[in-house]
Amino acid sequence: MSAHGTRGAGMTWVGRAIRRLEDPTLVQGQGRFTADLPAAHYVRFVRSAVAAGKIRKIDTPQGATVITAADLKTVKPILPMLYKFAYRPVAQHVLTDGSVRFVGEPVAAVVAASAGEAEDIADQVALDIAETTPVVDARAALEAGAAQVHTAAPGNVILEGQFKTEGFDAAWKGAHKIVKVEARSHRQNATPMEVRAGHAAFDASTGRVTLTCTTQMPHLTRTAIADVLGFPESDLRVIAPDVGGGFGQKMSLAAEYVVLVWLARKYRSSFAWIEDRRENLIAGFHSRDQTITLEGAFDKDGKLLALRADIAANVGAYSCFPTTCGVEPLMAMAEMPGPYDVKHYQCRARGVLTNTCPMAPYRGVSRPVITFTLERSMDKAAAALGLDPIEIRRRNLIDKFPYKTAMGLEYDEASYKQTLEMAVAAIDVPAFRKRQQKARAKGRHLGIGFSTFCERTGYGSPAFAARGMAITPGWETVIVSVDPSGFVEARIGSSPHGQGLRTTLAQIIADEIAVPPDMIKVVHSDTDLAPYGWGTFASRSLVISGGATLIAARKVRAKLIKIASTMLEAAESDIVLEDGFAKVAGTDRTVAIAAMAREAYTQTHRFKGDIDPGISETGHYDPPGTFSNACHVAIVEVDAETGKVTVERYLVAEDAGRIINPMIADGQVHGGVAQGIGNALLEEIVYDESGAILTATLADYLPPTAHEIPPVELHHLETPSVNSITKAKGLGEGGTIGAPAAVINAINDALTPFGVEIDEMPATPQRIRALLRGKERAA
Amino acid sequence: MSAKNSITLHINGCDHTVSVEPRKTLADAIREDCGQTGTHIGCEHGVCGACTVLLDGEPVRSCLMFAVQAAGKKIRTVEGLADGDTLHPMQQAFMDHHGLQCGFCTPGFLMLAVGVLEREPNIGDADLLDVLSSNLCRCTGYHNIIKAVRAAAKKMSGQ
Repeated sequence: MSAHGTRGAGMTWVGRAIRRLEDPTLVQGQGRFTADLPAAHYVRFVRSAVAAGKIRKIDTPQGATVITAADLKTVKPILPMLYKFAYRPVAQHVLTDGSVRFVGEPVAAVVAASAGEAEDIADQVALDIAETTPVVDARAALEAGAAQVHTAAPGNVILEGQFKTEGFDAAWKGAHKIVKVEARSHRQNATPMEVRAGHAAFDASTGRVTLTCTTQMPHLTRTAIADVLGFPESDLRVIAPDVGGGFGQKMSLAAEYVVLVWLARKYRSSFAWIEDRRENLIAGFHSRDQTITLEGAFDKDGKLLALRADIAANVGAYSCFPTTCGVEPLMAMAEMPGPYDVKHYQCRARGVLTNTCPMAPYRGVSRPVITFTLERSMDKAAAALGLDPIEIRRRNLIDKFPYKTAMGLEYDEASYKQTLEMAVAAIDVPAFRKRQQKARAKGRHLGIGFSTFCERTGYGSPAFAARGMAITPGWETVIVSVDPSGFVEARIGSSPHGQGLRTTLAQIIADEIAVPPDMIKVVHSDTDLAPYGWGTFASRSLVISGGATLIAARKVRAKLIKIASTMLEAAESDIVLEDGFAKVAGTDRTVAIAAMAREAYTQTHRFKGDIDPGISETGHYDPPGTFSNACHVAIVEVDAETGKVTVERYLVAEDAGRIINPMIADGQVHGGVAQGIGNALLEEIVYDESGAILTATLADYLPPTAHEIPPVELHHLETPSVNSITKAKGLGEGGTIGAPAAVINAINDALTPFGVEIDEMPATPQRIRALLRGKERAA
Repeated sequence: MSAKNSITLHINGCDHTVSVEPRKTLADAIREDCGQTGTHIGCEHGVCGACTVLLDGEPVRSCLMFAVQAAGKKIRTVEGLADGDTLHPMQQAFMDHHGLQCGFCTPGFLMLAVGVLEREPNIGDADLLDVLSSNLCRCTGYHNIIKAVRAAAKKMSGQ
């Protein structure tokens, strides 16, 4: 019988745009977010206002409760580990123990009866810090004689990866043309609408602490905090209630949470910390701060023979837990060649410590930057070789699968060329070129930009092990149960926070066991209720948790058929599950699944020991990883006088394998593209030379509004993945990965008449004007 | 810290007599003193609009007002939108058009949109875009929100 033999009248739940089960509470304001919980005590962190220095003295107001490193002598530092790439372990004390290394670093924790009072007291805590010279920029940090951020990492290099294929030099020498791009991606902040928050409450009756917090990985948060505080993990319960977006920022361990749990245990009470937006912008993890020099060696037909990359990621002052700061430079190194067939590759990737906020994963992780870099080099190569930008992509995109990359990654079946052609046909390039010509004649500057890429999603533990990670967050576990009332519960280790996973997993289960999604409850994000799992990040949950769900649901299905076979006295092969019933095929003999569930718990004697009591099955899944792909096209207008860029049209042709819920899938792409457009045009964390941050409000750091985001036209292909048992590929990050390249290529196309090129993101009006001014001056 | 004032906040038809410091924002008073946590706080500096509520029918950023300024005025929050079990057309439209993902900005968008449509039921597309661009959403990319508001506008005006 096929996996979907229970579809009833030719209908499956999978593939349908059903409304989300998450929404009714959220639209009524009944969501439960961490900041909604009252606490007996509120915590305000006193943060360093200087980027580098030694603490001489901390003056605290009389009678105030102020916790400093001196109080936390038994607390171990956070020590993220990598076992490869010459990684230098760098310890982070949860409250700094004498040195400050970035503006915003927590130095002390003030405790008071209200958040306002805690803030008042924090303002009176005086930090006497002997300032030293900070290094803010990665290039400056790499210079000989630069100040050292950590003595454990001489030269400020925390890790270095090197790779070179055999025969690279010969291939390089045989090139017709070398095309070079110096790409710069400035620093960005994921900016979830809900900032971070934690609430730790001690339960005197059990001696346990419940930490409710805005994490994307509750179980690992528990493991990490129990480790550094040195107490049994079972004494800590971590709950991520409704979480208002994470985009990676909330998967890294916040040192502040450790302090909250320490306080709850010490004072046997409840303590809350609600970050404010300024704290989030200066100290809530940053990302994307990279400089990449990429050279492509092309033959005379535009075929890419070899790529050489030098990647420097400014990782800030500490290494994030659990991924470590290797996440950006190492992913850049592994995935730089993207969707193109290139046999030879050489790369150096370095993580560079500076006196800035630590870097952590943010939607897309490196790939928005490497895609931008690679796609700029494709456009430059096209121009240098007299080819059309579409044609050069056609000549280089991989079209035979499985494909092994120069670095050994295996790409599963996909549609790199087909999505390009789909996008090209839909956008009508010849019509655009005509319009562009006419507009230019009138002094208006339109441009079109393409971005083709593949996105590694749903990868299991070997992929993390290859990176040398001490923690390999690859697998997932799901427990699917049918309770005696016939309702279904799936307990999952993933931790969705806006992705609609309760709905999509219910759709997967519904097809297997013939119970509608609204009778299926997905329980997650509570370490007391959910099986150990890794959470939600890296476009993994639908693939990995979805796969584990399918495995568990199939076991439940098998058990239901076995029970039905006993109850209906028919062979198992004759039982079908349909619309809440088990039926004997071709007869009118049926039994309701709810009745079977009741029997499975209350009438077990009927099964004579052949069937275990109850209905609860576990699925584990640890897949090899699957690559989704897309082609993005942007049409922009650049106002040459002001440098303002307007995205006029945006089109995505994407392939994420089998789509479980088209409405939710489209929503992920829409939202991803919006972030990518923001990343491309607006969003930048700016430090001054002293390491002070100049973008500490949402009036300075600019996520896009409805005004900046055009409607996104979506075209789909579905190449089912053999590396994913649901055949689904991940797609949470693709929108963000593709957009900067498409938008900035379009800006460059628009700027062609001026003879300037921009290889920086965000491509702000100031940067565009500076280029144009430079040209005007030269002329 | 300074002395607290006793004020009455009229929220969704109920009176809440609370004792607040003059510096307490309306957003904090609604959440902490009146227990209505559906109003969310995203930036506390008036940019993101997550805390939008209706004050005498007008959308306001409740993080930019002091609670004492709202005494005696009619406040509506997301908790007051539904009529018993029947969702407000705006809530229903957000669900129907996938106008929310994480749901954190949603109460602010709902109140902004309801406030504007009650005042200006036939608002044009360009003006509606202007209004909706006053709040931030990091998940949806906005167009499903725009679609939802358009659909709700039709329902609300009985079309």
